[in-house]
Amino acid sequence: MIRVELVKLVRRPRTWGSILLLCALPTLVAVFIAVTHVAPAPGQGPALLSAVLSDGSLYPAAALALVLPIFLPIAVAIMAGDGIAGEATSGMLRYLLARPVGRTRLLVAKLISVIAYVLGAVVLVAVTAYATGAGLFGTRPVLVTSRGLAASALATSLSGTPMTAADIAMRTLGAVAFIGVSMLGVAAVALFLSTLTDSSLGAALGALAALITSGVLVALNSAASVSPYLPTRYWLAWADFFREPILWRNIDRGFAIQGVYVAVFLAAAWANFATKDVTS
Amino acid sequence: MIVTRGLTKRFGSVLAVDHVDLDVRAGDRYGFLGPNGSGKTTVIRMLLGLVFATSGEIEVLGKPVPARLREVLPRVGALVEGPSAYGHLSGRANLALIDAAGRAGGRRTRRCRIDQALEHVGLAGIDGRPVRKYSLGMRQRLGLAAALLRAPTLLVLDEPANGLDPQGIREIRDLLAGLNQAGTTVFLSSHQLAEVEQLCTRVGVVDRGRLVLQQELSALRPATGRVIIRSPDADRAAAELNGRIASRDGDRLVVAGADPAELNARLVAAGLRITEIRPERRSLEDLVLQLTSPGADRIDRDPDQPGGDRPLSTGGAQ
Repeated sequence: MIRVELVKLVRRPRTWGSILLLCALPTLVAVFIAVTHVAPAPGQGPALLSAVLSDGSLYPAAALALVLPIFLPIAVAIMAGDGIAGEATSGMLRYLLARPVGRTRLLVAKLISVIAYVLGAVVLVAVTAYATGAGLFGTRPVLVTSRGLAASALATSLSGTPMTAADIAMRTLGAVAFIGVSMLGVAAVALFLSTLTDSSLGAALGALAALITSGVLVALNSAASVSPYLPTRYWLAWADFFREPILWRNIDRGFAIQGVYVAVFLAAAWANFATKDVTS
Repeated sequence: MIVTRGLTKRFGSVLAVDHVDLDVRAGDRYGFLGPNGSGKTTVIRMLLGLVFATSGEIEVLGKPVPARLREVLPRVGALVEGPSAYGHLSGRANLALIDAAGRAGGRRTRRCRIDQALEHVGLAGIDGRPVRKYSLGMRQRLGLAAALLRAPTLLVLDEPANGLDPQGIREIRDLLAGLNQAGTTVFLSSHQLAEVEQLCTRVGVVDRGRLVLQQELSALRPATGRVIIRSPDADRAAAELNGRIASRDGDRLVVAGADPAELNARLVAAGLRITEIRPERRSLEDLVLQLTSPGADRIDRDPDQPGGDRPLSTGGAQ
């Protein structure tokens, strides 16, 4: 069943359309910056964007920062919200269950397909961003580093300490993983809503509404007491991978809170779906 | 094959299925009849484990449902409330996905199974067009092909003739009769009573969630003890059979008497021309209309009882 879900994911035009859009935005921004050579001043605009002119290999991280606030959550909410509700709308849910595909099994397959989508999307954004970044802004060739010409291979981290190319790669990988897990939290909420309703749009919008609410409360000082438990509270903590030393405190908390959200909402999704009358 | 005892389903305050005791035996061609909203589809969904019963027991293929659905369903082919498919994929790709979902059936023989199912339903030559470009009849055939993929022991079909033209209906009827002869039990719901009359050996009729009748079709339609005669010489025939004529309409006579052969010999001996002579039987349509109330899709004004325990189908067979 997992294989079937992955095949469906890959053969679906929507998958590639959304990933294309996700990759297009950073590319567009990169072209503007490369043409004008005007990057936002450090501390302004999206994180890291100010540093990319000096080293294009930082661009994947900057690109993730660009798609993280809106594009990526929307894409993930739509894909996950479509999980069960989409099958219900198309009328295939009853045929899958009568095949039979166990309900738990179907839910797990949907979850894995959503995970594949999230990771695929984040990695593809990073890869295209690396290509555009390297192409438009140039990177210091690895060869130079191996000859020991450290100065030319160094980029400036946010705290002003030198970073090697391998260092950048590791930090970017960490950021990709963190953002991937953050998006899994979104996916779990959307998948849960997807088992509640037969409307995939409703499930996606519900998940986005939850995120927006969370975003508003995080920014609200009077809601400070609940803010550590909100799903979007630590979303931006991935930027801490680009500090020297890496600030693990918020990153760890971010992983933990997403883990809790994923566990709770998946359990709720399972409890609801396994006992639900399928009348679509 | 299918046994239910006291099967009941309540959706909130709505009683959709009320103590239904189905008994479908191996080899039956069972017609499941009833007006829209009488609970047919809900019963079918419960048989397939899609909807959970409020109370009562279900046994399909001798095993309790939903407890042992995983053993039961691989041997059941189903068409529930119209066919479904992924519109952006071709018919073959759809069948491949449906076949790969669930466990039974190896990957190597999949192509063969799909070809066979398509052949069965008359879609052997379909190309790579996406299903969203299919006509209603093609979708219906594709849905049937999906139900036939694993050579099921039991076919549960909700309105299998929906959207088909008369020729298609006949093809499907022949197909189902053929499969039945080869050992498949067929359980189908339909509004097309003439179809059911031609295909089924046994019928069950539901009305407002209750099973009001379940019997062999042959037992349901005994001769009425009257004979229908058509003759261009109707006047003379009426005179000849004076006293036995029950009613007359042009050249059509309804005559009291159980034996058409005797009547025929007598009329022919009198030199009369007979174009048709047969025992009168009640049609299934008369029977079903007599047993059931108007469907839930008919909403009459009812000032005394707003709401109440009116049965409702799930999703409604529109």
